[in-house]
Amino acid sequence: MKLTVNGHTAYAYTGTRPLLQSQPTAVFIHGAANDHSVWSLQSRYFAFHGWNVLAVDLPGHGQSDGPLCTSVPALAEWMAAFLDGLAVKNAVVIGHSMGSLTALELASTRADLVAKLALVGTAVPMAVGDALLDAALNNEEKARRMIVEWSYAPMGHIGNNQKVPGTWLPGNSMALMRRMTKGVLRNDLAACKAYLGGLDAAAKVEAPSLVVIGERDMMTPPKAAQAALGALRNARAETIRHAGHNMTVEAPDAVLRALWKFANA
Amino acid sequence: MFELDTLSVHAGARPDPATGARATPIYQTSSFVFEDSDHAAALFNMERAGHVYSRLSNPTNAVLEERIAALEGGIGAIAVASGQAALHLAIVTLMGAGSHIVASRALYGGSHNLLDYTLPRFGIETTFVDPWDVDAWRAAVRPNTRLFFGETLGNPGNLLIDIESVAAVAHEAGVPLMLDSTLTTPYLIRPFEHGADIVFHSATKFLQGHGVVIGGLLVDSGRFDWLSDKGRAHFPTLSAPYHGFHDMVFAEESSTAAFLLRCRREGLRDFGACMAPMSAWQILQGIETLPVRMERHVANTRKVVEFLRSHPFVGSIHHPELPEHRDHELAKKYFPKGTTAVFSFDLKGTRAQGKAFIDNLRLFSHLANVGDAKSLVIHPASTTHSRMSTDALAKAGITEGTIRLSIGLEDAKDLIDDLARALKAAEKVGGAK
Repeated sequence: MKLTVNGHTAYAYTGTRPLLQSQPTAVFIHGAANDHSVWSLQSRYFAFHGWNVLAVDLPGHGQSDGPLCTSVPALAEWMAAFLDGLAVKNAVVIGHSMGSLTALELASTRADLVAKLALVGTAVPMAVGDALLDAALNNEEKARRMIVEWSYAPMGHIGNNQKVPGTWLPGNSMALMRRMTKGVLRNDLAACKAYLGGLDAAAKVEAPSLVVIGERDMMTPPKAAQAALGALRNARAETIRHAGHNMTVEAPDAVLRALWKFANA
Repeated sequence: MFELDTLSVHAGARPDPATGARATPIYQTSSFVFEDSDHAAALFNMERAGHVYSRLSNPTNAVLEERIAALEGGIGAIAVASGQAALHLAIVTLMGAGSHIVASRALYGGSHNLLDYTLPRFGIETTFVDPWDVDAWRAAVRPNTRLFFGETLGNPGNLLIDIESVAAVAHEAGVPLMLDSTLTTPYLIRPFEHGADIVFHSATKFLQGHGVVIGGLLVDSGRFDWLSDKGRAHFPTLSAPYHGFHDMVFAEESSTAAFLLRCRREGLRDFGACMAPMSAWQILQGIETLPVRMERHVANTRKVVEFLRSHPFVGSIHHPELPEHRDHELAKKYFPKGTTAVFSFDLKGTRAQGKAFIDNLRLFSHLANVGDAKSLVIHPASTTHSRMSTDALAKAGITEGTIRLSIGLEDAKDLIDDLARALKAAEKVGGAK
């Protein structure tokens, strides 16, 4: 579906289902230089099992127009405007990587929008190395390769993705990032690095929270999730075995099970 | 991210989690048991992914699909019954009656048959252009054009396409460029790196290398924007709700994999040209050695070409690595590792002498295939391209005396000896026969 947010077209995947007032809403927020499609194997299941689904494309990503949000607070403000535009409240808000920081900030600033919070592949603060930032500025293809290198568990680079038969996941990640306009990747990575208020934000969140950790995540390693877990008042963790940072596509069923159990608890 | 030689051996294949088997098992099963009713419904509805029925997907085939996608630098692939099935699947996924294709006129005879004779019966027309003439590609575009199609090396005269220039024209027109890369394989060229959007292979050829099974592979770069203004207008199969699958809009479902999704969810479901798991396994065995085989194929070919070049009974040799070939500069640009092991040459003789040449070969097998470990030979005008008119043959660079060779992995000296003996026998027949 498309709607206008801050004067620009915004897109959200709904699982091709109508939004019903009688149903709870699950919001899915993607990571840097990605779009809604990273959630396909979770969001569509929710949509066909009694949930309204809003898997957004953040501004300047995928099918959403508009200027890029240059900071995590700005992304959270945009998300608030998006949800306000649809009169959505008390949603289960699920974010991956940069999307997890956005969801965290949203939960701390607009508690009325977030009934539950799920952070998938998160680190608070989220360190982004200078080498990656430099590559994102000067050689995007090199930066994409670095990200793919760090975003899959070791065996993910061999493949054998029997969950989505015929899909070469490292190549798919490269292709998805290549679809972004030049500068999107650098913008997103810089926004992640600059977000230093995450633990303060986490301390303000009262909503039940879930931190989903990829056991072999090199982008946001398991130990990097511990600070957020400690700061959130009402949080628990779930570890996805053998999975890397791109666990929504690498271990789609395990991530779905974790989110489904949390959302319906 | 691994290099091509490594991907050839490993991509898509881990030790079997159930048994520890190191080689990829052959999952010889038609169907797969559901965990429960909810799992069954979710799989059918694409809420969850996995195997349902081997017409749609199979674990052995999936290894092959990942492997070719990795080698090509694509996002994924679909294994089908033959190269022709791959071409057909791509076309019927992208368009329907009333559509138009712009294609190189230098095509494999089977592809030419489909485009020139069969598809018009279903309302899809093709305009054929010289592959090297970028202006001709542009001039052939119509409002209903939906695809540009060519071969990385045009069969059998090895006429090249300037991929980057033709891709640019295709994209101006809002259509993808699809290339048949059968003769070159990802070892010699990765067309996505030059702007192609879709690649397919007859996996019967160099990819497997042993000529024991028929198979095709369709690979997507994930780059074409089906939701751009032109994309939406040209490709409703991908950009509009599909009533045959819960009103799914494939390009919204997957930003990168819409084309392959529709190919699998509609094309394999409805047309059913799937690959047998045993075939997938056979092709996988071949791909493991693709880089070393291709290196040898190319090296042997260079020695054979050098021999033929010096032989007085041989006229033109249509090999792009030769300076006199019309596309030599393009070959240097696109094929730094070498072009291919399939090429043709013209005998300075009659049709009878051509027949005598083929009949006197001992190592070269006379058959309708290329890309085998064994060296092969055929006379295109009377076999693979026999349904083309004389004019069309001439435009594709084929004469009555054209002989096509596929150079195998034997010792090059033995191949040259075999050719020398057959040439001598043909000369003895004389021009009057």
